[in-house]
Amino acid sequence: MSEHHERDHPHATLPDAADQLSYYQMMEVAVRELLIEKGIVTADEMRRQIEDMDGRNAGLGARMVARAWVDPQYKQRMLTDGNAAAEEVGLEHGAFKLVVVENTREVHNVIVCTLCSCYPRWLLGLPPDWYKSRNYRSRVVREPRAVLREFGLELPDHITVRVHDSNADMRYLVLPLRPPGTEGWSEERLAALATRDSMIGVALADSARP
Amino acid sequence: MRAAGKVRPRFKPGERVRVRRAYPPGHVRIPRYIRGRTGIVERLCGAYPNPEELAYARSGLPAQPLYRVRFLQREVWPDYTGDSTDTVDVEIYQHWLEPVPAEGLS
Repeated sequence: MSEHHERDHPHATLPDAADQLSYYQMMEVAVRELLIEKGIVTADEMRRQIEDMDGRNAGLGARMVARAWVDPQYKQRMLTDGNAAAEEVGLEHGAFKLVVVENTREVHNVIVCTLCSCYPRWLLGLPPDWYKSRNYRSRVVREPRAVLREFGLELPDHITVRVHDSNADMRYLVLPLRPPGTEGWSEERLAALATRDSMIGVALADSARP
Repeated sequence: MRAAGKVRPRFKPGERVRVRRAYPPGHVRIPRYIRGRTGIVERLCGAYPNPEELAYARSGLPAQPLYRVRFLQREVWPDYTGDSTDTVDVEIYQHWLEPVPAEGLS
């Protein structure tokens, strides 16, 4: 670059310039560009995939939960074969095997992936940031009751807490307890009570939700 | 030894198993906190290509049986303060498990 060029075009301030890329961010960009350049995927296919993933949310899993609350036979099928039960309510059969774990008056289940961030994305969307945090991943397996308390969930001692470390080829969905006082509610209305956090197991499904 | 196919399951639900206490280098899909601990096979999940081989672009075959093994928290963490019935269930591939001799015979 010549001196003359420097003088005529001083470096502009770019207030919205992205921070410097990390090593892995740079690697992601490099791999993505290579895949596109070599014609393995197109940029549009990649964009569509991201759009599809971003568009998913816990409302999908909630449909299964609501059906299980009103139909005991469906619930049994869901506990036996989670993916078949997903298809039954018009959802996608996941690429991973889905294990549904049922909360009862005696047992409370909570999901974590201590090794990374395994999560049933096709049913719940992208995991919340805290699910991927080192804090949650290392502590919920070590002191689950303390972590649940921090989420505002105080469990009595006589309830067994069952942590599931989703670290391999299974993905997990918690079937929360149906809230009391919801007798006669429609599936649609019930589905609104099955929140993301209740299906991870850090909260209960609550009929007092606005 | 077969190069493809599946390894035959060695353990049954309800059986006591111990996780190998080993610390090999490289990509390992077994949480450190559970190594050396003893639990009960909750279920056999099927057989899956070994992720510790897949990580190096190998086939991962023959597929390894994958189990869900249930551990009492008090056995995993000696100072655990929660209820004595609290558990942690971990997915473990068969090559990380070894049989536990029946009590009194060891």
